[in-house]
Amino acid sequence: MALHFELVTPEKLVRSADVWQVVVPGTDGDFGVLEGHAPFMSTVRDGSIQIFATAGAAPEIIPVEGGFAEVNEKGLTVLAEKAG
Amino acid sequence: MASLKELKIRIGSVKSTQKITKAKQMVAAAKLRKAQAAAEAARPYSSRLEAVVASLASKIAGGTGEGASPLLAGTGKDEVHLLVVANSDRGLAGAFNANIVKAALAKARALELDGKKVQFYLIGRKGRPVINRAYPGKIVAQFDTTGAKQPGYDQAQAIGQELSKMFLDGKFDIAHLFYSRFKSALAQIPTEQQIIPVKIPADADRNAIPATVEYEPSEEAILDDLLPRNISIQLFKALLENNASEQGASMTAMDNATRNAGDLISKLTIQYNRSRQAAITTELVEIISGAEAL
Repeated sequence: MALHFELVTPEKLVRSADVWQVVVPGTDGDFGVLEGHAPFMSTVRDGSIQIFATAGAAPEIIPVEGGFAEVNEKGLTVLAEKAG
Repeated sequence: MASLKELKIRIGSVKSTQKITKAKQMVAAAKLRKAQAAAEAARPYSSRLEAVVASLASKIAGGTGEGASPLLAGTGKDEVHLLVVANSDRGLAGAFNANIVKAALAKARALELDGKKVQFYLIGRKGRPVINRAYPGKIVAQFDTTGAKQPGYDQAQAIGQELSKMFLDGKFDIAHLFYSRFKSALAQIPTEQQIIPVKIPADADRNAIPATVEYEPSEEAILDDLLPRNISIQLFKALLENNASEQGASMTAMDNATRNAGDLISKLTIQYNRSRQAAITTELVEIISGAEAL
């Protein structure tokens, strides 16, 4: 029971891991994604992605620039132009 | 017949040429590995983006068809074609640059026969002289890549933005991209691809995204955001493929050159030894006949 999360930039696959929750800075506001999230697509504004490996753990923060997030049954994929 | 000294100098110079080609071959081999890795690392992003754009686009185009971005729908005209030709900055890569330019010029001729206008946008500096000779004054712009060792996404983005701007300003109607697809170190395939307006593959899976997906802000807004990005990423992919192809072509060409130099050296060495032997024989004959005359 984990969310499969992938962060991809044009240069490489930055992160691919099973995590508890990811908070993504969407254009219309931040949104958190847990396992079993409804299919969803959003553009991403410049900001930071927070990755929670487990419930209650301190988030890992990765700054991203310009991109796009997609949630489907396989998990969350964030395509960012720049990350880290 | 060249004198002994001339032959010796000749052998020396071929040897030093061989050293250069050998070094270049090894450099290309090392760079090839890196370029190939970079090209592979870029694949997940571009394939995912392509899939999303294709399914979004077919959804919007299939639904209303109205209000779609011109980057997708085109200008409605088919007059001015922009040929974006990606070359390298350096030579010593066999027919690598020539092949790409040849493909672009063939396309340009075909378009002109159809009565279209042709313009060129160059990336890298090697193609310029040839294209300028064939189509003087048709090069609208050139993107300088000499500053960077490896093609970066920043470059692709800059080119993409420039192209989008030119397109929206009505400078051209259709853009084709020419680059060399990397198949292996021995085979690079000059490839043509239409980048503006975005071509949706006919076999795009229209149902890749289930209908229940929610969009934020909206399907159109997301697509408008993604289309320019898609152009940049296509360019980026082309640059990386081109880079890998260049190193591959360079490696093969330099391998051949090194081998040719080796052949030449052994031929010259045989010639050198023969004439040395001939000189010695002549000298002996002179001494002996001189002694006999006494």
